[in-house]
Amino acid sequence: MRLATDKLAFGYPGKPVGRDVTLAVQSGEILCLLGPNGGGKTTLFKTALGLLKSQGGAVTIDDRPLAGWSRRELAQRIAYVPQAHTAFFPFTVLDTVLMGRTPRMALFATPSQADREIAERALGDLQIAELKDQIYTEISGGQRQLVLIARALAQEPEILVMDEPTASLDFGNQVLVLNHIRALARRGIGIVLSSHDPDHAFACADRVAMLHDGGLIRLGPPREVVTSESLRLLYGVEVTVVQPAGADHPVCVPAIAGPA
Amino acid sequence: MTALVRRLWGPWGLVLLLLLIVAVSFSVGQYPVAPGDVFDVLLSRVFGFEHDVTPAAETVVLQVRLPRVVGALLVGATLAAAGATYQGMFRNPLVSPDILGVSSGAGLGAVLGIFLSLPVFGIQLLAFVCGLGTVFLVYGIATVARGHEPVLVLVLAGVVMGTLTGSMISLLKILADPYDQLPAITFWLLGSLASVNLGDLAGVLPAVLLGLAPLYLLRWRMNLMSLDDEEARALGIDTTRLRIVFVGAATLMTAAVVSVSGIVGWVGLIMPHIARMLVGPNFSRLLPVAVVLGAGFLLVVDNLARGLTETEVPLGILTAFVGAPFFLWLLASGRRGWQ
Repeated sequence: MRLATDKLAFGYPGKPVGRDVTLAVQSGEILCLLGPNGGGKTTLFKTALGLLKSQGGAVTIDDRPLAGWSRRELAQRIAYVPQAHTAFFPFTVLDTVLMGRTPRMALFATPSQADREIAERALGDLQIAELKDQIYTEISGGQRQLVLIARALAQEPEILVMDEPTASLDFGNQVLVLNHIRALARRGIGIVLSSHDPDHAFACADRVAMLHDGGLIRLGPPREVVTSESLRLLYGVEVTVVQPAGADHPVCVPAIAGPA
Repeated sequence: MTALVRRLWGPWGLVLLLLLIVAVSFSVGQYPVAPGDVFDVLLSRVFGFEHDVTPAAETVVLQVRLPRVVGALLVGATLAAAGATYQGMFRNPLVSPDILGVSSGAGLGAVLGIFLSLPVFGIQLLAFVCGLGTVFLVYGIATVARGHEPVLVLVLAGVVMGTLTGSMISLLKILADPYDQLPAITFWLLGSLASVNLGDLAGVLPAVLLGLAPLYLLRWRMNLMSLDDEEARALGIDTTRLRIVFVGAATLMTAAVVSVSGIVGWVGLIMPHIARMLVGPNFSRLLPVAVVLGAGFLLVVDNLARGLTETEVPLGILTAFVGAPFFLWLLASGRRGWQ
């Protein structure tokens, strides 16, 4: 399975956000999208998923144009984990995860026992099985993010698109989620995630794409792409990339003026 | 333990309570009938045996109370189901079935019918058609004025159309004959089941069932309508099409019952709330519980309407007297089924 964009332009009518983005992600691969806030990462994702109208260029899934897929077919193959999640009604965590089964259920059906088992397994995979009877609106922001990932897993997708999956998590849960992302990729799921933290690109990504002012400025393996020079371009700050002894991957150390 | 009690008690306890209210409703009123006699009269009709209840009591049960009881059940259940649907779809617990203007549209139709001195059936038909027409117009406006937030545009269009029909109603009231038409108009706008008959109810039943069927069949998908529009679409839902189905179904059934009962407020707003407090927001459980609660609530209120005083109190006044303080209590106590 391959999700690809070709010279994609995205944004809103009369208010373009980005253009000329050519990207692809395959099964089992992790692509990390880096870029400053407001740089168009979410808009790009939503356009690639067909939730926003494309403003030019093309999106294809297995070389078939996006327009040729029904929403239901898409949801069976590609799952989306949105960023800020507002909930209006106090559904239980299990009901929330079961919503991920919808594209695999008949039109008039309600979740079956099998659906329930798949939902519970998704919660178990993320080590939050004990949350299942709690109320989604009453758990912490980090737990909610994990529940949304579980809901996406319940879709049994081949590609997972995650918008800032670590943004609302504490340090421990960030590591947990990054580990899960790696494990999911080993299971053959293709993953596109956006992040505000270049260290995460080193920690989990096979390839990194840098989005600046709506355009793609770098694309390649993390060690080639995430450099002091590219980070300065992207965020406008001085950063040193170092490889600590004993660590699996390099880390980014920002230059912050200490006390004089 | 409490969870188990709640689980068992919840649905069946409510149905039992409803049956009890129905039994009481047949007995009480200006002409009390003993519960045993009520059963004899009703069962003799069903099974065709003789009974020794006085003809006067039989007339009261069959001709006077039966239509009202059935009417209250039907109207209450319908408004509560429509309210639960609208609240879920608009992700807003302050929404009632008339959010898109179905009640005000039906009101305009009925007032116009009374103004033109149409027969009762004509008034009902005009109310039904104008109720549907108003929502159709609102939906059309919202589709043309498409923004990023389809739900918000829809609600705003509904509010504007509601105001517009409201002013047209006011205009007709000023032009109406103050001795004959105006009281009829006022009474209609406050809702009443005093003159409802079984023929009317049989007439609107198909529309109610036609509206209820998709709500029940699509009850799981209804849950996803309370998510963000883009999120629901990412989960494989065709939100545009489903919204048309749900708005259409809820509007159809509301327009149908409003055309015979007049405007009865608060039922569609409050009952879904209580249902959500009892069984949570999952529409599979919410819908049946809201239906039972709505039916029971309106029956109790209608009993009060005909029993409290010598002259009938309009239903809309009583539902507001009961509903408004209850709603304030919900707000103040924080016992809310929403965020």
